Amino acid sequence: MTDRIRKATRHVNQNEGLIFEKSSAGKAAWKVPPLDVPEVDSASLLGGIERKDLGNMPEVSEIEIIRHFTRLSTWNYAIDLGMYPLGSCTMKYNPRVNEAVARVEGIANGHPYQPEKISQGALQIIKTLSQCLIEITGMDAITLQPAAGAHGEMTGLLMVRAYHHSQGRPRKKVLIPDSAHGTNPATAAMVDYAVENLKSDSRGMVDISALAAQMNEDVAALMLTNPNTLGVFEQDIHKIADILHAKGGLLYMDGANMNALVGKVRPGDFGVDLMHLNLHKTFSTPHGGGGPGSGPVAVKTILEPFLPKPVLINKPDGTLGFEYNRPQSVGRVRAFYGNFGMFVRALAYIQANGPDGLRQTTEDAVLNANYIRKGLEGTYELPYATPTMHEVVFSDKLQAKKGVRTMDIAKRLIDYGFHPYTTAFPLIVPGAMMIEPTESESIEELDFFVEAMKSIADEVEENPQTVLDAPHSTRVSRLDETAAARKPVLRWKPVV
Amino acid sequence: MRYLPKSPADREAMLKAMGLRSVDDLFAPIPAEYRLNRDLKIPRQMAESEIVDYFRQRSRENAEGYVSFLGAGAYSHYRPVIIDSLISRGEFLTAYTPYQAEISQGTLQSIFEFQTMISELTGMEVANASMYDGSTAAAEAVMMAVRLTGRRSVVLARSLHPEYREVLATYATHQGMPLSVAGFGENGRVNLAELEKSISAETACVLIQSPNFFGTLEDVAAVADIAHRNGALLVVSIAEAVSLGIVEPPREADIIAMEAQSFGVPLGFGGPYCGVIATREKFVRQMPGRLVGQTVDKHGKRGFVLTLATREQHIRREKATSNICTNQALVALMVNIFMTVYGKVGLKELAKQNLAKAAYAAAQFGKQGEVLFGGAPRFNEFVVRTSEDAYAINNRLLGHKVIGGLPLKKFYPELGNAALWCCTELTTRSSIDTAVGLVAESERSVQSAKQETEEMVR
Repeated sequence: MTDRIRKATRHVNQNEGLIFEKSSAGKAAWKVPPLDVPEVDSASLLGGIERKDLGNMPEVSEIEIIRHFTRLSTWNYAIDLGMYPLGSCTMKYNPRVNEAVARVEGIANGHPYQPEKISQGALQIIKTLSQCLIEITGMDAITLQPAAGAHGEMTGLLMVRAYHHSQGRPRKKVLIPDSAHGTNPATAAMVDYAVENLKSDSRGMVDISALAAQMNEDVAALMLTNPNTLGVFEQDIHKIADILHAKGGLLYMDGANMNALVGKVRPGDFGVDLMHLNLHKTFSTPHGGGGPGSGPVAVKTILEPFLPKPVLINKPDGTLGFEYNRPQSVGRVRAFYGNFGMFVRALAYIQANGPDGLRQTTEDAVLNANYIRKGLEGTYELPYATPTMHEVVFSDKLQAKKGVRTMDIAKRLIDYGFHPYTTAFPLIVPGAMMIEPTESESIEELDFFVEAMKSIADEVEENPQTVLDAPHSTRVSRLDETAAARKPVLRWKPVV
Repeated sequence: MRYLPKSPADREAMLKAMGLRSVDDLFAPIPAEYRLNRDLKIPRQMAESEIVDYFRQRSRENAEGYVSFLGAGAYSHYRPVIIDSLISRGEFLTAYTPYQAEISQGTLQSIFEFQTMISELTGMEVANASMYDGSTAAAEAVMMAVRLTGRRSVVLARSLHPEYREVLATYATHQGMPLSVAGFGENGRVNLAELEKSISAETACVLIQSPNFFGTLEDVAAVADIAHRNGALLVVSIAEAVSLGIVEPPREADIIAMEAQSFGVPLGFGGPYCGVIATREKFVRQMPGRLVGQTVDKHGKRGFVLTLATREQHIRREKATSNICTNQALVALMVNIFMTVYGKVGLKELAKQNLAKAAYAAAQFGKQGEVLFGGAPRFNEFVVRTSEDAYAINNRLLGHKVIGGLPLKKFYPELGNAALWCCTELTTRSSIDTAVGLVAESERSVQSAKQETEEMVR
């Protein structure tokens, strides 16, 4: 088994308990300077609400904290260690200059309420990024306020509702293809729209005749991911837009897969009325183990009055400032102005690329995905033969005959030195294996991956149990998720 | 392009292996009329040195080297150096959401520790892995209360952060959740009589903030009593987390919606920050956001997983408790490290210093002018009322490289020329004295100008 694994080997894997288990009274990693104002009697200032005890908060020294988190970090897989082929998650390289510029003093430490005349640098960053994203998407206006993709979806649908309301009727439902990400229907529910499922056709695209039949004046919008979660570009996109627009509906695009399009085609040019972007996908801001994200929403002019407030404007005196008087705005979706630190990183990424670099990035992302597709065709079942863009979806149909499912293959990939691909969706492919390599992979890493996947397919034939028991090389083996959910232990408690 | 690991020959070889002539073949599925046949109109490709230079220039156009008295939901506290050392490790920075538990134990265990410490500090039984920020956490906590009670209306305090109120209004609009507002009294606390009047058998929850927007500590027990007597839940928002070091947590609350930015997160012009929701164990299945739980692997070894996922969008789709997916994991790690550094004793000392600095500053301002809401305890913020417009005073202070308190006219016109001042452990006595002196000076000049006018009129 080991000589098949070319990329990964074992390394020293330290044990490390919970921080609370290292705590002991009198240890400290902090020191505050001497107080330069008179001491206060907190008991008399606060009366009965003075806190006496901080419970089980730890007491540890600095070196223990460094070692604790460093040891924990070695238990994580990360982009810095290798390919992360998570479909629809776009796990690309996170450039380090982004981190450096986000920590420049006047950028990292600006207070959101400091006067605008001493915030012009920050406002200029917001404006420049906004202009870049508007150009990239082919839209007319943008808000950077939403904190993540799903938050952007909510903001977008609030605007859809406000738009229809201004037309006299807010409408009742949103159409969502059966291949969509789970946030789409969850968002529609938060904005009080009923969800109506839209079937995909045999090519994995929106079924145009079904759409035409389902479209009526109760439909507020279609939420479409393009390329969709199969990696397929919706070739009939103009017909889709026409069908919606003819009945007064709007076309919302989930921009999760924008990495397939940047610099090659603009959603604003193919009929999209509004869309969100994920700066933590397409624009390289780090995932950080699950956030922070940033989910700007770009819109056509008809939706501009409804943008969340405040909106950045050029003031008569030539400076930049926020406008709060926006009577048709959907309101605020977050305190302050959004995840500004992510704007800085996204702009640094765009600057490092320029127009030529962004186009090359998109081409490489699509090239990489198709190279993997070519390499694995025949080894794994390809449920849709339609050409794909930046990601490809296989299924476990061939391996399932031996009782091995997509999750088992995914877990076995870990032993070969890779993060698993996406298994959770699209729901239209049973046993989906959704692979998105991004542009950040060299031929060497792609070849390792294809080899690993082929080797696992061989193992399924020869010794399926090896795959079913995987991973074998990690600190912990498969964890008992059922027990975790049945009797949740969500915090540490001292042993009494 | 320096981020792309391919030579032109590599690309050629790949195309050849696929039997393609040009990369354009791969874009054939996009109808030709929509393809972009020009360069994007964005800045040209820049060298790393140019990018660094660009942002240094922007930084200089921001407030560099000012002393600031701003708080109001975003606080300037010292950030221990090791926070950035540790979060910069690629294994934390460049990891995905820990769905694959076997290769995410680092992130998962650290979130488990985060949940534990937030629970300890808030006095709640459980806490989630994070929300976007304090404002959306408050809105999500209210929606959670609506699900738990089956009631729909909400009473919120006017002393809740005005932007949090706006966010809640946005979230509530299409959920059929009527909002009513209870004002504040002479002492800056929620007006209990008004609260009693606003609450009804339809009220799902009462939402207050403590310390509230004015820095005043609410009488949580009294508010809880009114809420609970009417069958409503109490949601308490905490925007200044450092207060938990010296102030009893609102244990009477049913849900706490917190902004943890104070714990080691840079001000960053408003984000990213770190929201979090904490609550009672019995309510956990209606909680939004990710949760990490402890379990064992097949050899009985302790490990951690994302759990109770049946609440979440990727399983439940339109029936989920929230649409939240990506949250604030890396920021939660900053918060986690901060809490670990200060710990049981340090957090208390830190909070005490904040209390002392603000008490000193409020006393100094009190000698020169009017400090509002003296009738109730406060943490590290207080409201100063002046005869001159607060914006005009601040403009003068800017000339001395001092950013004065936040003028409240925009949010609370009824308070007149009032401003919200904040002092933390980083505020020095000399900067307080300077600011008090400058405000007093401008007050005197306004007073004498007024007297002159009055004399002339006479």
